[in-house]
Amino acid sequence: MLLLECPYCGVKAEETELTAGGEAHLKRFGPGSSGEEFEAYMFARKNPKGVHFERWRHAYGCGKWFLAARCTATLEVFGTYPAQTTEPPADLVEKIKAKRPDWKGTK
Amino acid sequence: MSKVASALGGARFDGFASVSEIGPLGMITLRAKPDVKGLAAAVKAVTGTKLPAQRRVERAGDKVAAWMSPDEYLLILPYAEVKAALATLADKLAGQHHLAVDVSDARAVFRIEGAEAAQVLMKLAPADLTALEPGEIRRTRIAQVAGAFWADETGFTLVCFRSVAGYVMGLLSHSAQPGSELF
Repeated sequence: MLLLECPYCGVKAEETELTAGGEAHLKRFGPGSSGEEFEAYMFARKNPKGVHFERWRHAYGCGKWFLAARCTATLEVFGTYPAQTTEPPADLVEKIKAKRPDWKGTK
Repeated sequence: MSKVASALGGARFDGFASVSEIGPLGMITLRAKPDVKGLAAAVKAVTGTKLPAQRRVERAGDKVAAWMSPDEYLLILPYAEVKAALATLADKLAGQHHLAVDVSDARAVFRIEGAEAAQVLMKLAPADLTALEPGEIRRTRIAQVAGAFWADETGFTLVCFRSVAGYVMGLLSHSAQPGSELF
């Protein structure tokens, strides 16, 4: 069972109260971009074994989108944060680096 | 004007806890950020309560103000007073970015009462009922549908969509079957 704390209401929501929204922090390639760029934006996902940043929606609660960092191998949740950002908060990145020294970072 | 009827006509089930459909109640969805000027005064004018903080339910007699999300509040009041309340809100929040809508007829309300009322909900919602504080509202999933509930001295009040009132009544009745207590 996956428990994620919604950063907007502070509820520790269980997975079935949430809707998964796929990988977070995608850079959009729209009109004017090359075919390869658009294809990569549309379809190519990192799908890592380990640290992963994801979008989740508190669908049965406040209805807001938020972002979560978790480990896809162990289901360990590193933290959640509001979606109004283009990159993970620095303190969360530090926390993940401390726990996963071989993690290469978000780039 | 047509006669106002609640979703299930006051259906009732008595098991190890009693389940009853109540209403019709007047409900207003008020969408506004908490920093909107005059919001607290507007809510006070309608329900007589202060502006609820995160996940809080404020009660004053039969009127309730509940926090639904960072920019949404639910105001509960007698059915007949909704029209006047909407006028009050429009007046007090004039010029401010907000939205107030009468959702009385879109909702169904249940009461679950009895010493073991919490167990009825424990079976249906993925929420930690033992961690639910007095005066805290929990929006969650009631089996397959969305719902919200909060506790008071005598039991729980549960709000769901009217379209699923029959389903929720069935769930609550089944969950409250005598002999199916959890502890």
